[in-house]
Amino acid sequence: MSIDKDTAARVAKLARIKVEEDALPALAEEFNTILGFIEQLNEVDVDGVEPMTSVTPQKLKRRVDEVTDGDQQDKALSNAPDAREGFFAVPKVVE
Amino acid sequence: MSDLNKLTLAEARDKLRAKDVTSVELTEACLKEIEGAGALNAFVHNTPELALEQAKAADARLAEGDAPAMCGLPIGIKDLFCTKGVPSQAASRILEGFVPEYESTVSQNLLDAGSVMLGKLNMDEFAMGSSNETSVYGNAVNPWRREGDTAELTPGGSSGGSASAVAADLCLAATGTDTGGSIRQPAAFTGITGIKPTYGRCSRWGVVAFASSLDQAGPMTKSVRDAAIMLEAMCGHDPKDSTSMDLAVPNFEAMLTGDIKGKKIGIPKEYRMDGMPAEIEKLWEDGTAMLKAAGAEIVDISLPHTKYALPGYYVIAPAEASSNLARYDGVRYGHRATLDAGDGITEMYEKTRAEGFGSEVQRRVMVGTYVLSAGFYDAYYNRARRVRALIKKDFDDVYATGVDAILTPATPSAAFGLGEMNDADPVKMYLNDVFTVTVNLAGLPGITVPTGTDSQGLPLGLQLIGRPWEEGDLLNTAYALESAAGFVAKPGKWW
Repeated sequence: MSIDKDTAARVAKLARIKVEEDALPALAEEFNTILGFIEQLNEVDVDGVEPMTSVTPQKLKRRVDEVTDGDQQDKALSNAPDAREGFFAVPKVVE
Repeated sequence: MSDLNKLTLAEARDKLRAKDVTSVELTEACLKEIEGAGALNAFVHNTPELALEQAKAADARLAEGDAPAMCGLPIGIKDLFCTKGVPSQAASRILEGFVPEYESTVSQNLLDAGSVMLGKLNMDEFAMGSSNETSVYGNAVNPWRREGDTAELTPGGSSGGSASAVAADLCLAATGTDTGGSIRQPAAFTGITGIKPTYGRCSRWGVVAFASSLDQAGPMTKSVRDAAIMLEAMCGHDPKDSTSMDLAVPNFEAMLTGDIKGKKIGIPKEYRMDGMPAEIEKLWEDGTAMLKAAGAEIVDISLPHTKYALPGYYVIAPAEASSNLARYDGVRYGHRATLDAGDGITEMYEKTRAEGFGSEVQRRVMVGTYVLSAGFYDAYYNRARRVRALIKKDFDDVYATGVDAILTPATPSAAFGLGEMNDADPVKMYLNDVFTVTVNLAGLPGITVPTGTDSQGLPLGLQLIGRPWEEGDLLNTAYALESAAGFVAKPGKWW
């Protein structure tokens, strides 16, 4: 399995990271080095082995569905790069 | 009294209780050391006023006789922990200016126990790295140098600032976090002790997430006793972390008897890597002999899937990271790129993340995105999770035969020079974690203890791996190893 420039561009797009066109070949090469290393996993016989979901055998805890926290609009917005009128502000999404 | 900053937690605690010293004096001694240690670049956000305020409050508690274990002890906190009102940016540009409105459970537990926070410590960006060279703050520097050489060495990573600060006596102890070896490898590189507890022992709430199924916090300290004291203060059940275990926390310090007679210590043959330096091999043999002399029974064991831990890790950790780091979108906190006219929200995400994430973080996010993408999820991610189950089973099988702990080297070498790995491919850097990463995948507790030096005078450590939830027994075995090794070397002060 070898990653080409187009695949690298597609992955960058999926990850929402802007990668300049001229940086794509080097990125593809790095992916190939890492994926080449990962390929070793194909040597392992995993027939009948369930993928691990939790390293400690435990059931996820349940709790009563009730409000325990909240009403902290100022705090929630205090670190926003752009907050206006009690909302997070972003570039126009809908025309 | 001089050199208060050089005390261990246990020594300082005893002096505080005996009224030989005050927390303000301890704190001032550390703050003075930090001021003079800019060259180490260990502390990256200093909080002297806050520290002195906390020290005064601790002295008042001590005077009233209400003094929990950590009361009045000045420590450093890794930048990965969210600390209320104090910048917390995981050494990333993308969290520039982020000041949390809340306190992580672990740092809150430490504050409740009376500890004093001196400031935030350098680390690899988002804890992704093994040399502290991916930090937005620049490299943290190891206080140790090779004999007769002034080249700057890495303190290891990702908890490099924590390791450097503790080894250089800038604080009495520090918090670290460990996803693939990020407490244990830097501890080994700087001649200190570091323990990663069982997954679920410490709450992850308020700790900036890297790979949630592997991340655990733990103490980095000057001795095993200190690790026991601080771990007890850090851990405990937290309803805010659904993977936090609802288990009583034992008095770890009380379990340090040094008696390991009849304990079964496993030596895994798969950790004897090809091309392992003779010094590391000898360190391991010496450590084995020390435990044997202390009355332990040494048994050869096999952990057959060891070889696949690192490649498995480099699927699972980036996959979880790509998901966790999706939250850095320039909307709710941290950096947002300046946009050009006509840029929409997608451009905002893409430019913000390209500017905000360093190259290693970008690489891992994209690898994670790839292994989770349609068509590859089964081939990479699910296969890695199956291999992870087999790695855990290796340990389960060994422990089922009555083995109490496993002894291995901590790192494949001593600390290397900053910049030395610049031209190496990323996989070469990943190999630093070859002995530690299995422990995260299996969710087990692991501790590194300094037991010797290499031919250039640099510290080397051994790792002990314990049974799940048996940190107390593990700490006791580490205590026996520490006592036998008698490692007392300290770096010569050049900074």
